[in-house]
Amino acid sequence: MSTTYDNAPVSLADQSPGFRGRILARKNGSIALRLRELGFVAGTAVSVLRRGPLGGPFEVELRGYRICVRRNDIAAIDVEPVMF
Amino acid sequence: MSTAAIPASPLCVALLGAPNSGKTTIFNALTGARAKVGNYPGVTVERREGAMRKSARSVNVLDLPGSYSLRGETLDEQVVERVLEGELDSKPDALLIVVDATTLQRSLAMVLEALEAHAELPSALVVTMIDEMRARGGKIDFNKLSKTLGTPVFPVVGHRGVGIDAVFRALEKPEDWSRPKTFPRSEGPEARYAWVDDVCADIGATKIKPDTRSDRVDRWLLHPFVGVIVFVAVMVLVFQSIFTWAVPAMDGIEAFFGEVGRLSRAVLPAGILTDLWADGIVAGVGSVLVFLPQIIILFALIHFLEDVGYMARAAFVVDRIMGWVGLQGRSFVVLLSCSACAVPGIMAARTIPSPRDRLATILVAPFVTCSARLPVYTLLIAAFIPAVTIGGFVGVQGLVMFALYLLGAITALGAAAVLKATVVRGHIATFYMELPPYRMPTLKLLATQVAHSARAFIRRAGTIIFTASIVVWALLNFPRADTIGMTPEAEAQAQLEVSVAGNIGRAIEPAIEPLGYDWKIGVGLIASLAAREVIVATLAQIYAVGDPDDFDGLRGALRSDLNPETGEPVFNIAVALSLLVFFVFALQCTSTIVIMAKETGSWKWPAFAFSYMFALAYMASFVTFRAASAWLL
Repeated sequence: MSTTYDNAPVSLADQSPGFRGRILARKNGSIALRLRELGFVAGTAVSVLRRGPLGGPFEVELRGYRICVRRNDIAAIDVEPVMF
Repeated sequence: MSTAAIPASPLCVALLGAPNSGKTTIFNALTGARAKVGNYPGVTVERREGAMRKSARSVNVLDLPGSYSLRGETLDEQVVERVLEGELDSKPDALLIVVDATTLQRSLAMVLEALEAHAELPSALVVTMIDEMRARGGKIDFNKLSKTLGTPVFPVVGHRGVGIDAVFRALEKPEDWSRPKTFPRSEGPEARYAWVDDVCADIGATKIKPDTRSDRVDRWLLHPFVGVIVFVAVMVLVFQSIFTWAVPAMDGIEAFFGEVGRLSRAVLPAGILTDLWADGIVAGVGSVLVFLPQIIILFALIHFLEDVGYMARAAFVVDRIMGWVGLQGRSFVVLLSCSACAVPGIMAARTIPSPRDRLATILVAPFVTCSARLPVYTLLIAAFIPAVTIGGFVGVQGLVMFALYLLGAITALGAAAVLKATVVRGHIATFYMELPPYRMPTLKLLATQVAHSARAFIRRAGTIIFTASIVVWALLNFPRADTIGMTPEAEAQAQLEVSVAGNIGRAIEPAIEPLGYDWKIGVGLIASLAAREVIVATLAQIYAVGDPDDFDGLRGALRSDLNPETGEPVFNIAVALSLLVFFVFALQCTSTIVIMAKETGSWKWPAFAFSYMFALAYMASFVTFRAASAWLL
């Protein structure tokens, strides 16, 4: 089911609104425990809905709900785009 | 049913659920919204418990704080696990887990966590918002879910009471519930979510379509430009409501207490006890209860915005700005609540997960213009700021009021930046805020919340302000002066001269003289340490204005008061501005100091806040007085 990409994984923090993808397992370091508890775990589908004003937080949709998170906090989340 | 079958001690059922899961609605439905509110022993987390209605057996429902996990990051969440372990309270007899049908793909993880850790507890699941889930094309096999978990599952629509009866019946006999399956402890969230994903695929919880209705609204409310305009408009509306909608009710309360004071004087024999009653108690408590309409309107709006889902959006819009000063979106919601009264605002800071962010927010909260400052601002502005307009439509008086609000807000943010860089330095905690679907709260839920806030405020007026009023009155009236044969005005003047308060005022006069204040203002400042608004009642007593709520009379008395040595007016625009600035910065509120000590668990922090805010107030008032004297006089 998961698509393998040859290029290096990209961070969720670098995606623009409209991005749809899947969270990848991370080799070095890990995603903050709180975010993992909120559902940011490998294999989960995420999409970026919008950014807050002045480069504000990300609105992200995953697991059927929406959450607002800061760029710095999601920098450790690697994603791969998924085509629909 | 025979009485022998009913055990003597009530059964305790704990209600567990994430924020926005509809837990409060279920709690209100089960208990009729009659909650006994207190604190858990040793921690500043609100404990809500209510007796279940319509029950042959005595069942207490314990509303655990909203929580995303049992591991706990916020103060609130840490309580959840300790209650379930039986460390804080007596261990609950059963667990009712509330989950939102539209977010099962996330919320089942906490269900699993609870079943893993507490297999010994009879547990059941209440799945709320099934109407919303169906409207979004979802179809969930609840029987399958029940079989998978091993526990009973109750699909409900909380706000319409659909399915609630089954919950009532089940809660009477948790012993009879099917017991949860044994789930081995998961290694971490990844393992738990792997299980959740399987279950959700199995019961059909993955096929719910996105919430297009909220999407359409968010396209505008979260728009990088339009969203900011809407945000500003909402804030203007909130503050406009305090100033305009509340006025008729406030006038009514003011008139009522004025009338009670006058009637008391007419009916009761003249004497010291009548003075205490009419000038001290009635006037003092009345001058505080006058804010009740503002508090009610402001809290109705804040709770409405919160319940409807806009508060999370507002936090999203301002998070960047809060981030610049080291705070986060949630801090904004707290600071907004402080514009009614810092006491409930500081208590609301419990929702901020990071202890440092929470402390920084609490330490700057008193800068936000609370409604207790309003009468002081209103009096001084009406008396000394000319009622002229700029360009024919912008009133200078209104502009000064706006500037004072802005000064408070900017100072709060600036102080937060300084504190986060010094006193409460530390790395920035993870920020997350769920953006729930827009939901119309029921009037009943709203009324319950507002009544709770209003009751807390009245309690404060009934205790601290009541005591302060009596103390201030006593300080102003003892020792008694010899006033035989004097006119009432001269009598009041003579009494003030010899009173304890008068002596204190004269003692501190050298210290406040650089700010432009005489000893009478000094008396007012001392009295206002109890609560800011007390200065108005105190000045009224000092200037012997018969009716303490008579703003026009007091305004005139302030304007015409002359310094006996120089013959110059005591009050001029420079003094008024200096005093206004002092009230923007200084922490003159016993209730705030007490709540700060309670919430931070130490007197160190309120002492620190009082000192730095006082230093700031003194310096700013000094500069204001000098500058205004040089340019405006």
